[in-house]
Amino acid sequence: MPEIKNYTMNFGPQHPAAHGVLRLVLELDGEVVVRADPHIGLLHRATEKLAEHKTYLQSLPYMDRLDYVSMLSNEHAYVMAIEKLAGIEVPLRAQYIRVMYDEITRLLNHLMWLGAHGLDIGAMTVFLYCFREREDLMDAYEAVSGARMHAAYYRPGGVYRDLPDSMPQYEASKIHNAAAVKKMNVNRQGSLLDFLEDFTRRFPNHVDEYETLLTDNRIWKQRTVGIGVVTPERAIALGMSGPMLRGSGIEWDLRRKQPYAAYDELDFDIPVGRNGDTYDRYLVRVEEMRQSNHIIKQCISWLRANPGPVITSDHKYAPPARESMKQNMEELIHHFKLFTEGMHIAEGEAYAAVEHPKGEFGIYIVSDGANKPYRLKIRAPGFTHLSALDEMVRGHMIADVVTIIGTQDIVFGEIDR
Amino acid sequence: MMTNDKQSLQEVLKDLLGDRMVSVQEKLGETTIVVSAVDMLQVFTLLRDAADLRFVQMMDLCGMDYSEYGDGEWAGKRFAVVYHLLSHLHNRRLRVRVFAEEDDFPVIASVIDIWPSANWFEREAFDLFGIVFTGHPDLRRILTDYGFVGNPFRKDFPLSGHVEMRYDPEQQRVVYQPVTVEPREVTPRTVREETYGSH
Repeated sequence: MPEIKNYTMNFGPQHPAAHGVLRLVLELDGEVVVRADPHIGLLHRATEKLAEHKTYLQSLPYMDRLDYVSMLSNEHAYVMAIEKLAGIEVPLRAQYIRVMYDEITRLLNHLMWLGAHGLDIGAMTVFLYCFREREDLMDAYEAVSGARMHAAYYRPGGVYRDLPDSMPQYEASKIHNAAAVKKMNVNRQGSLLDFLEDFTRRFPNHVDEYETLLTDNRIWKQRTVGIGVVTPERAIALGMSGPMLRGSGIEWDLRRKQPYAAYDELDFDIPVGRNGDTYDRYLVRVEEMRQSNHIIKQCISWLRANPGPVITSDHKYAPPARESMKQNMEELIHHFKLFTEGMHIAEGEAYAAVEHPKGEFGIYIVSDGANKPYRLKIRAPGFTHLSALDEMVRGHMIADVVTIIGTQDIVFGEIDR
Repeated sequence: MMTNDKQSLQEVLKDLLGDRMVSVQEKLGETTIVVSAVDMLQVFTLLRDAADLRFVQMMDLCGMDYSEYGDGEWAGKRFAVVYHLLSHLHNRRLRVRVFAEEDDFPVIASVIDIWPSANWFEREAFDLFGIVFTGHPDLRRILTDYGFVGNPFRKDFPLSGHVEMRYDPEQQRVVYQPVTVEPREVTPRTVREETYGSH
């Protein structure tokens, strides 16, 4: 009989299941993975170094480009760190808008994850369903910021502007005639909040649709149950957070344990898994989508009832209104200084963390009193999760590597930074 | 997250660590301690295991280069590693800073045996700052390119880097050459006194 040796295989960086630019060096014994060595950094843009050379406001759009499927959650951590350091009071309405958009972002992220994860394991239809709902949520992004993905909507001290009173309408074209367009515009007749309310009414049924396709699906269970099991002890030791930690049965959610923005006034549950396998993490994330929907509903009714300012009136950090700038010398100076030199943040250091859809996303800012951060460190949840990949895939078949990459919800923008 | 909670964290730290804590500071609701590089492993084991602390998770580890802090006013050691610890049990966070003894060849002990999550974070700090972690089993570069030279996050490393890459049609391969972009700064960095602009 010929002697069989381990062999080494290269996976990625150009591979549809690598979720971006992951390069994996896999050592295989037949079809069983003996060792996995992820090579990262192919998307490294030195965001942290760039931020040291930009004013605080100029770095904000970089945050969207970290985890590019949960844009506003990244921004939230960044503005929270600045607000903590500078002691900026954020109006309550802005806090609610942020929470609402954080949860919209969580839905965007989880829908992207569910679609891609399903596709990786061979469930094509879920992907199409998920993208159908993402479309509506991206319209909500666009209505408020003008951009479907990289919103740059949060500001230190609040959000850029209040929610719009009307939604953009589809127009008739070669593809859609006037009658079809009228049908598409039915839920766009009111304000953004009306549009979102309509969405939250429909969305639970959509989640039921995904679950019908997957939860009791024999093939789905064969591919996910018992795959990539992480014990609670290891999950803690490996620095996991978010659904990766909750999937292993540890009830830890920053929205509840260290509440920020308006989360302490909202009602929601924290789902936890039992076995710490891929299937449990799937169930946790699906339930999180239902909870997010519930939070969005509460925010909508609060925002309807409570008009008010959405950004701080401290013009050292937020620009004054256009009209007052034209009439008031001091406001003009504030505006000029803010957009040329930028805001100065007092000397100190602060770490602010949010419950990002993937886990704990933290921003650590060290300021020496300048108009630019002295050092900015981005604590990306995916980075620690991917570092545990080796331990999670050992002893699994090569096809399970794809499942485990999927369950970790890997996005390279945040890992490589 | 109450203030009296934090007070007791400081007291607990003082009781348990005593002289091994170089300094302790509380600011903006965050507690920061500085530990010397000699004691760090002992202190970290205590921070993780002591019943009143139980900092079981190391959430973040990052390198720091203080050489240009406050426009060169910094008098202390140049390199430091900052750890952000989290205790689920007590719902507390703690920041620990450890300065490397030597500025020319910064060395710090690896905490990988205490928190396995340190693995990639230490590789990152090694890659970007050139801080060497003794006891790390696999200290390789992680974020920069294969064959990269230098430590890009040090303050004396220019933002544009030293080399650029292009395809050379004559040699029909990718070549590296010195950077051709001029360094430029749109908004100059200015440090202002703390009371600047206050009413």
